[in-house]
Amino acid sequence: MSDKPSFVYVIYIAATAEQVFQALTDADISERYWVGNRLQSNWKVGSPFALKLKRQDGDITGTVLEVDPPRRLAYTFHSHHDGLEREGPSRVTFDIEPQKDQVRLTITHDEFPPGSRVLEHISRGWPLVLSSLKSLLESGRVLRAPWYEEADAA
Amino acid sequence: MIDQTRFKPNTVYVVYIAATPEKVWQALTDPAFTRQYFGGFAIDVEPRQGGAFYLRYPDGRAHMSGRVVEWSPPRRFACTWVVEGMPEFRELPECLVTYDIEPAGGAVKLTMTEAHSWDIPDDILAGGRAGWPAILSSLKSVLETGKALEIKMEPPQGMVEAVRRAVAEKPWRQSS
Repeated sequence: MSDKPSFVYVIYIAATAEQVFQALTDADISERYWVGNRLQSNWKVGSPFALKLKRQDGDITGTVLEVDPPRRLAYTFHSHHDGLEREGPSRVTFDIEPQKDQVRLTITHDEFPPGSRVLEHISRGWPLVLSSLKSLLESGRVLRAPWYEEADAA
Repeated sequence: MIDQTRFKPNTVYVVYIAATPEKVWQALTDPAFTRQYFGGFAIDVEPRQGGAFYLRYPDGRAHMSGRVVEWSPPRRFACTWVVEGMPEFRELPECLVTYDIEPAGGAVKLTMTEAHSWDIPDDILAGGRAGWPAILSSLKSVLETGKALEIKMEPPQGMVEAVRRAVAEKPWRQSS
């Protein structure tokens, strides 16, 4: 086991692997569950990847590393908002394992520098985004981010 | 009452659920709910601090037993756990499981924290780390769609051996 900081999160979703893979790559679907943020890529290995952020100046950008539908997707992840751009890129990998009536979705976000602030941000963000993705695929509803509501109320 | 400061969080799982805190509380504490999403086990809990806590097999035998450490509906439910249903496991020290329920963006943020009082090996923690995402994903599905997930679970490779080794060596005697 590596001592380098990483974030791993597993969630089970009553959907097909194809549906989950599509949701992880489709711009319009992403905008629904990803609290208004929008994916942008042609999903070819080596192509640029971006997550256009609705609420912040500066997007998340990267390069597509691996596309193996409907099982695996990986890209680099470089935040440009809130002064995080100096940290450089980290890496996101999704693994989709089909089971009987659901899939097991594992996200591994790693390759952070020591003391990473991006790691703090994404540790808060991924459980909400993936909970919202599960809600969308299972019930057609999405979830809102409580930290944006607090900011709006302030 | 146990000394909670002896327990160190080893595993934390967060999931957001489109439901009220009261509904999430009910799902965690009502046997009609736990039977659906928690491996078929029925919770049997005395609703007060210090009360007895069990997760029971369908035939009534205890799979888990413990004591309620905190009973604060609908915000926090904590209890100690000992695995009764598997021979070696029941000799391990009790662990502390805490559920925190917070309103979040019109939904609920549910945080499960599994804490231990000894230097527990990763091979034993692997059981909870595999189990909690399945259990709490299914709980979310039950509350949002009415339909639990059927997830086959087995102890991860190396877990049973690690439990046997720990029970033989009892490392918690030094660390406590």
